[in-house]
Amino acid sequence: MPSTVLTPTGSAESMVLNMGPQHPSTHGVLRVVLELNGETVVKARPDIGYLHTGIEKTCEAKTYTQAITLTDRLDYLAPLSNNLCYCLAVEKLLGLQAPKRAQYVRVLLTELTRIASHLVWLGTHAIDLGAMSVFLYCFREREEIMKIFEMVSGQRMMTSYFRIGGLALEPPTGWLDRVARFVEIFPERINEYEDLLTENRIWQGRTKGVGYLSPEDAVAWGVSGPPLRAAGIAYDVRKFFPYSSYEEFEFDVPVRTESDCYARYLLRVAEMRESLKIVKQAMAKVPAEGPIRAEAPGIVPPQREKMKTEMEALIYHFKIFPEGFSPPPGEVYQRIESPRGELGFYVASDGSPKPYRVKVRAPSFANLQALPLLCEGRVMADTVACIGTLDIVLGEIDR
Amino acid sequence: MADSEAITAHPVVARLNAWDAPAIAQAEIFRGELTITVTRENLRRVCDFLRSDAELQFTFLSDLTGVDRFPVEPRFEINYHLLSMSRREGLRVKARASGHDPVLQSVTAVWPTANWHEREVFDLFGVRFEGHPDLRRILLPAEWEGHPLRKDFPTEGYR
Repeated sequence: MPSTVLTPTGSAESMVLNMGPQHPSTHGVLRVVLELNGETVVKARPDIGYLHTGIEKTCEAKTYTQAITLTDRLDYLAPLSNNLCYCLAVEKLLGLQAPKRAQYVRVLLTELTRIASHLVWLGTHAIDLGAMSVFLYCFREREEIMKIFEMVSGQRMMTSYFRIGGLALEPPTGWLDRVARFVEIFPERINEYEDLLTENRIWQGRTKGVGYLSPEDAVAWGVSGPPLRAAGIAYDVRKFFPYSSYEEFEFDVPVRTESDCYARYLLRVAEMRESLKIVKQAMAKVPAEGPIRAEAPGIVPPQREKMKTEMEALIYHFKIFPEGFSPPPGEVYQRIESPRGELGFYVASDGSPKPYRVKVRAPSFANLQALPLLCEGRVMADTVACIGTLDIVLGEIDR
Repeated sequence: MADSEAITAHPVVARLNAWDAPAIAQAEIFRGELTITVTRENLRRVCDFLRSDAELQFTFLSDLTGVDRFPVEPRFEINYHLLSMSRREGLRVKARASGHDPVLQSVTAVWPTANWHEREVFDLFGVRFEGHPDLRRILLPAEWEGHPLRKDFPTEGYR
């Protein structure tokens, strides 16, 4: 009887209200048990697990390469970030590095992912607070990014495009022109969203001063990503622990100190502009030709052409696909900056072709835990703003 | 030999050894990541020190996770992935719990974020945390039987 455990004994003044698991503003299947005094939230208890599919357990039954497809389904708004983090973790375990060309493509695509994810966040956050039209504008541009993903990987969402040691496929001819087109139109589009919201009195009224989180609390509760940086702490994994050649890119990490929903809104909009800067640099850096996979016989599948002409390549092909490869025993923890914060993959190997343990440190998991700090003591309508501002994805919380 | 010298020379290890060497059972570096294994009794003390020491300041607990090494005893490894923003450094603290009595000290008082992470480990591995304010299942339903991430729990579940 979970509800009796979760439900505080209501006194005469307070009532208990279940927000979710089917509530449009909970972004998936989140249940928040609210104890209300009139319209004021006295207590908020997030209840998770409705989307638990046992992805970590399933990973243990798959080979390292097969597990990539499961990572797409964690944070379904940023599948490429998950692919990247998992691949980097396994590459670290193997002591392998993807070639430069693959690294730049990875940076380019994950930054586009960040923009796409922030667009979904902005659209849904605005719709939660009653600004309907922003949603339509945001999804218009997101569609362009989805088309780029589809062009490159064949999939809009479940990309699985990054593989251990590099990329799955050679990027198609003309894909950079498509990215260039997007880069050209997008700055003006960001201005459009800002025109609709930034100076909007209703928007400011709904977000300014709402959902304050002190910097001390943010660190203590393991909050990362935009909510942490909006509290004045400039922790960005791309700067602290550069991966995939991020140290070669010039970009700023937006930081604000007001730490309310409005600050987090401004911060994410600024992040989109920074991501665009990185995309532009990456476009200039990506060489037109060159290897997209590391040279690692027995781990990275051989080129199709070699497979048809060289005996050794053929043998490796038939060894890699049915059996997989075996990293040395050991354990690694790889962190990257996903659109939501610090995404971490802990991968332990026992020397067999299947991961012994895969653990996903989901940024939303830690961020959601801080929800009561944001919304307790405020009116119930602000809870909707607080859930939206944390930008949670239940897929990665419940795994 | 050279390896162990490199480890003891590591500033974090040196600082811990200067503070209380017997509390640290083992220190190793794999792929550039430092892992410190602590004894069960000292877990809470070491965590307190790591967080509050002015030189180390591991104030951010990124992750807390379990690994089941069944049938090896003690079978459960609990890993704490820490981050020091001032040092720009990560650290893994490892503690072990046996299958007969899977109990560890809770670190919720050190890092409040450990609350949900410990509940998750309790839920999926059945490791209990002493001093946790609200230890109950988090992902699975309360009436669920067993702990799915244990290695003796079949991937398909019990039917």
